[in-house]
Amino acid sequence: MNGFAPFMRALSAVVWKDLRAEWRSRELLSAMLVFALLVILIFNFALELESSVRANVTAGVLWVTFTFAGQLGLNRSMAVEKDRGCLDGLLLAPVDRAAIYLGKTLANWVFMLLVAVIVLPIYSVLYNTNLFIPGLLLTILLGSEGYVAVGTLLSSMAVQARTRDILLPILLFPVAIPVVIAAVKATGGYLQGLDITEILPWLNLLITYDVVFTAVAFMVFDSVVEE
Amino acid sequence: MNAKPKLLTVMDVIAGVMFVTAVALVFFYAPLERVMGLVQKVFYFHVASAWIGMLAFAVAAFYGVLYLVKKDARYDRVELAAVEIGIVFAFITIVTGSIWARPIWNAWWTWDPRLTTATVMELVYFAYLMLRSGIEEPERRARFGAVYAIIGFLSVPLTFFSIRLFRTIHPVVIGSNDPGAEGAFDMTPKMTQTFMFSLLTFTVGFVTLLWHRVRLGALSDKVEQLKLKLQS
Amino acid sequence: MTAIIEVSRLVKRFGPKVVLRQLDFRVETGEFVALLGPNGAGKTTFLRILSSLSRPTLGSVSVAGYSLPHQAASVRRRLGVVSHLPLLYGDLSAEENLLFYGRMYAVDKLSGRMDEVLEQVGLTNRRRDLVRTFSRGMQQRLAIGRAILHDPEVLLLDEPHTGLDQDACDMLDAALRQVAVRGRTVVMTSHDLSRAEDLASRFDVLARGTIQGSVQRQDIARDGLLGYYRKTLELAQNNAKNHKAEAA
Repeated sequence: MNGFAPFMRALSAVVWKDLRAEWRSRELLSAMLVFALLVILIFNFALELESSVRANVTAGVLWVTFTFAGQLGLNRSMAVEKDRGCLDGLLLAPVDRAAIYLGKTLANWVFMLLVAVIVLPIYSVLYNTNLFIPGLLLTILLGSEGYVAVGTLLSSMAVQARTRDILLPILLFPVAIPVVIAAVKATGGYLQGLDITEILPWLNLLITYDVVFTAVAFMVFDSVVEE
Repeated sequence: MNAKPKLLTVMDVIAGVMFVTAVALVFFYAPLERVMGLVQKVFYFHVASAWIGMLAFAVAAFYGVLYLVKKDARYDRVELAAVEIGIVFAFITIVTGSIWARPIWNAWWTWDPRLTTATVMELVYFAYLMLRSGIEEPERRARFGAVYAIIGFLSVPLTFFSIRLFRTIHPVVIGSNDPGAEGAFDMTPKMTQTFMFSLLTFTVGFVTLLWHRVRLGALSDKVEQLKLKLQS
Repeated sequence: MTAIIEVSRLVKRFGPKVVLRQLDFRVETGEFVALLGPNGAGKTTFLRILSSLSRPTLGSVSVAGYSLPHQAASVRRRLGVVSHLPLLYGDLSAEENLLFYGRMYAVDKLSGRMDEVLEQVGLTNRRRDLVRTFSRGMQQRLAIGRAILHDPEVLLLDEPHTGLDQDACDMLDAALRQVAVRGRTVVMTSHDLSRAEDLASRFDVLARGTIQGSVQRQDIARDGLLGYYRKTLELAQNNAKNHKAEAA
């Protein structure tokens, strides 16, 4: 149970399992993607994403899209574990529970990044904006990590509650606000070509959030799954 | 456990007397502020409630950690009690703030960091209550509650910090004074005394309320237990 | 003979509700114990405690020489569990499910062991098919395969027949008898007395949160297991009544 090699073996097994199952069904990713595109479409009409306003709202639209789609994926990814008793199956294995948590988090992170990888070029083409700025991609990397770190923990609580279908966004959004704000500001900063000194505080905030919440979730996950 | 502890009765009286005194101090002892006038008096209780709100959520997070370590239902009761009281005082803070902001800022509401953080904080702890109400089994409810009390409390300073990176207009009366803040003022000694007394009063009031609520929780658990005994 | 499962004065409370009270339970190596009892008697809770998924409130529990909950990892390594849920991933094939669990348990020479297990539960020709497409019976057989993959000393079965039709039950029993049970200690909860009677070597009745009686297969009287079961439950009920009368 202790030791680095068994930990990594369990972690990679969980990640492999999630990615493999998703590769088979593509249920989660396709749902997230369709949802993401719908959100963008709705914003198109709600905000009239004309070129004059676009520069300012693109960052906001992108992150609302990511967080909503991400929430959908997080919910589904845990529901799958709960439905056939697989969560018990995971907990019965002689592995550190933290490895299970990190494995699920990593898999969820991959799903969120995949959504970003597909949404970004589509958005770029639709609105004729260049989104492929290295700093912007870094922001997405950092922002989505903090989001799934907390989201994976909270979704493992939400699926065990009676109100599981509606609980996750209510639990997740208020505590994810710092991530969303920082990510939106950093993204907006890169899109407007601001100086790095103006963006840096936001990136620092994202890193702080990522470190703090990944560490805390890592420590308390055991209490969420242990009866 | 069934009889009300004597000390609690004593605290009830002390808290009551202090509160009346605090009101008297605010209205008759503290001088009228030159620019803002009467509405400034909201400040004493506004800041005191904000302090209790933060204190209560900190207490909740602290007892959340204790619960996760010791798994003792008593810690869970304190945590829940603190959250409930915190929600009430955070709400009082927002309302008194609005009363003050209307004449001074010319708006009931602004998207200032403190106001927004207070609102987000309320939402976090409403979510906390919804989480608890969605779980039947008491131990699991306590565990999840503890985890969320910790996560929620950690997110609050980050939320505040992230919103503060926008420019703020909320006055900072205590500590460093931001010249851009609207409605800031310097406290005279009498104001400071009144303010400190309000803080003390609210803190004593908080401890008293917390004690009552924890006792109520313990009693209702006992009722639950007795009901089950009758059924079997 | 040595006890492989030893439980003494076990209490489990969910908040104010007492589910298990002062439960004593002992299983010797190689025994097949069927835990019988009405719904809500605490069978599943008890099995979850034995399988380290739930912590005891009071009392001591040891499985395969390790105490719970402190040495849970050592216990888990020596434990196989089949529940009424399959604990399998529908979007993975039979093979991939075993591969995943084999990695989680760090099984040596995994691919050889997987072939063996798939052969034993009769799913070799369906190994590449998604579990989602399997019937309940096949899923349950694969669940047995998953549970014995790491060759556990102790096997816990929680209502394994739930939701299966007659044929599927027969096939499951055959798989259990031929593959899983041999050389292992088994504890199975069931409310299906006739199934349990065919399989187990010892029968314990769990009611009102504790073991009310225990009987060896060869000691069952003429009226069979059902008779013993009813008698024990009746006795337990009378005891409870007397207890209440005394208290009042």
